[in-house]
Amino acid sequence: MTEAISVTGLEKSFGRTRALDGLDLHVRTGEVHGFLGPNGAGKTTTIRILLGLMRADGGSARLLGGDPWSDATALHRRLAYVPGDVTLWPNLSGGEVIDLLGRLRGGVDHRRRDELLQRFDLDPRKKGRTYSKGNRQKVALVAALASDVELLILDEPTSGLDPLMEEVFREVVREEQRRGDRTVLLSSHILSEVEALCDRVTIIREGRAVETGTLSDLRHLTRTTIQAELTGPVDGLATLPGVHGLRTQDSRVTFDVDTDALEPALRRLVDVGVRSLTSQPPTLEELFLRQYQKDPVR
Amino acid sequence: MTGTGQLIRLILRRDRLLLPLWVVVLALVPAGYAGSFNGLFPTEADRLEYAHVSAGNAGFVALYGPLHGTSLGELVAWRGGFLPVMIALFSLLTVIRHTRADEEAGRTELIGAGVVGRHAGLAAALIVTWGANLLLALILSTAMLAEGLPATGSVLMAVEYGLAGCVFAGVAAVTAQVATGARSARSLAVVALGVAYVLRLAGDVSGIGGGGVSWLSWLSPIGWVQHMFPYGADRWWPGALAVALTALLAGTAVTLASRRDVGAGLLAPRPGPATAAAALRTPVALAWRLHRGLLAAWTAGFVALGLVFGGVARSVVDLVEDNPAMARIFERMGGTSGATDSFLAGITGVMGLIAAAYAVQATLRLRDEESTGHAEAVLATAVGRLRWLGSHLLFSVAGPALALTAGGAVCGLVTGLTLNDVGGQFPAVLGGMLAQLPAVWVLAAVTVLLFGAAPKAAPAAWGAVAACVLLLLLGSTLDLSHWVMDVSPFTHIPHLPGGEASATPLVVLTVVAVVLAAAGLAGFRRRDLPAA
Repeated sequence: MTEAISVTGLEKSFGRTRALDGLDLHVRTGEVHGFLGPNGAGKTTTIRILLGLMRADGGSARLLGGDPWSDATALHRRLAYVPGDVTLWPNLSGGEVIDLLGRLRGGVDHRRRDELLQRFDLDPRKKGRTYSKGNRQKVALVAALASDVELLILDEPTSGLDPLMEEVFREVVREEQRRGDRTVLLSSHILSEVEALCDRVTIIREGRAVETGTLSDLRHLTRTTIQAELTGPVDGLATLPGVHGLRTQDSRVTFDVDTDALEPALRRLVDVGVRSLTSQPPTLEELFLRQYQKDPVR
Repeated sequence: MTGTGQLIRLILRRDRLLLPLWVVVLALVPAGYAGSFNGLFPTEADRLEYAHVSAGNAGFVALYGPLHGTSLGELVAWRGGFLPVMIALFSLLTVIRHTRADEEAGRTELIGAGVVGRHAGLAAALIVTWGANLLLALILSTAMLAEGLPATGSVLMAVEYGLAGCVFAGVAAVTAQVATGARSARSLAVVALGVAYVLRLAGDVSGIGGGGVSWLSWLSPIGWVQHMFPYGADRWWPGALAVALTALLAGTAVTLASRRDVGAGLLAPRPGPATAAAALRTPVALAWRLHRGLLAAWTAGFVALGLVFGGVARSVVDLVEDNPAMARIFERMGGTSGATDSFLAGITGVMGLIAAAYAVQATLRLRDEESTGHAEAVLATAVGRLRWLGSHLLFSVAGPALALTAGGAVCGLVTGLTLNDVGGQFPAVLGGMLAQLPAVWVLAAVTVLLFGAAPKAAPAAWGAVAACVLLLLLGSTLDLSHWVMDVSPFTHIPHLPGGEASATPLVVLTVVAVVLAAAGLAGFRRRDLPAA
């Protein structure tokens, strides 16, 4: 088994809305996989199908070698899930919820639980109704992370956490990563988080995967921003293939260039004479925005 | 109060189906009584006989209140005596829905951050509910006038009904501030209504036997409005009491609201345990945590009802013995025990319907758990769908059974002690109560079916309970066809004690319940769990 999650051509409609339109998602065992997409792209729907809470209309989905719908109960012993919007029973304390969910899954590691409570600075004695959004999220995170499972499915797990707690979350996930035997599917739209944690990324839009690969793979697909101050006027740059958004102000030029067109563009600049040059590698942010700003897929 | 107008429009938009439905239906029921009484008792003599029998029937008095006159108007106003309770119930539910329930869902925060005054939400909910009661009163009086009944009585009866709703809208406004959540606010308000009803009932039933506790009725707002006696004594002053209480409650709610934060109650929450008890490890253990409060409250309510009903059974016997005409009627029906039995059989029927309300409420926890996302958290662990549903279903099946057993045992014991016949009364009353269970389970099963097949429509199960109540209230009066009456499972339950005990309908109803619930389970296994 090399793939913890393998989803091919997944389809799901709600009435006339097409939530998933042939989605592919492949998560290798032992990796932290970023699942990126704007609101309403279909991330949560995909996760709900993987959890057997919904049935797909078409395509195939395999989870830890089983069928997410028909083998749900057996598979759920081997995974833990943190929903995007955590709600707790108003009259159960946080500690009770953590223990209960852990036991229903098949067992809690008490030392790990107490350690996580401390690191996330969470008071387990408060009742569900009195927790803030961030603290509810911490309850679900501790419950999931304290279980000894093969797969963690985290749906925007840090959306309510403060920066300090976000850092704790990152540390904990990195530790999981180092253990090497846990797979993490991390749905998010916090790009710095994905950049910091994920081995590979799948970007989805309108129910389809538009990009997938390692971060460096993806960077390859995007543009570098070049700012240069030249000794003379430059021409012909605008007509070079792969050069976009050229702006010239006196002797300064700014433009974006596709990675594979970088060399001819730089050569042209050198021919004119370069006084100074800065280049910005593409950030995931830009990658993300470019994917979204494209014309609709259909 | 800024923004109250907009919030009123929002409430009307959200309740555009439900609100007109209960207002119109409940307003028109009395006119239906008037029409049917005219048909059933065409002559003065017919009416006189019916009024005499009814005024002395403790079961009727318990359900509808005291009857003093024999005119058509008085009979109609008396026969509609349970309607103010239903109007009060719908009114308090409406207020909670638009105050505390909204607050819990976070909508209040969203609105509170906009340009709306601090009390706008509370004011809007009260204004809409009071307005609904005013509308109900207008429709009711118009319909009664159209039936040719006297004007004063018609207006007074409309005021009686409307005030019942207004008072309990005020009660709900207060409980919405005191409680820590929508569920407990609703329960508190319903308990207050239950207490008011039971006080009225105990006082009135004691009154027909000339008993000493008839003043109990005057402790209850439901008692006040019923003692306005439209078409008869035509008293206005008890209405003034109700108006004063409504104003007092609304004022209290506003004062309390300004003393607490959004989301908080007056009672500060206590911290819970840091770790779960060793037993909290199964879906059933979780369900027990979620259901135990409800179970305890309903069981206590049934015990209280059992005490009251058992306590007044003596008055029924006294009444028959003091009244030669009544005694002759009951002799034909089987002697003094006929009077007690027919009273107790009426009581077991009422208790059965109340138990059905509990069964539906307990079963609807399924839908609550689903729509809040709690079900998702459990179902994402190694708990299968059937196991999860079964854990809650256990409480919709066993909960009403426990409540009916407790209520039946107490009622039977008290009846037996006051009549010096524990050996006879105890098993008879308890048996009569337990015989209601199959019908109760059918309503729970209808709820499961709705939950499995059309989860968004699951609260429509309350409609099924309301239909059973209406059929019980209307059935005999409107002379409905058997086909219509047979829709209610309660129609098929033998009238016990006193009636002929037969196991067949009980077995058939149980089978119906099992089949409906199984269909619901099958539907739930196949359907999607929508995102919260």
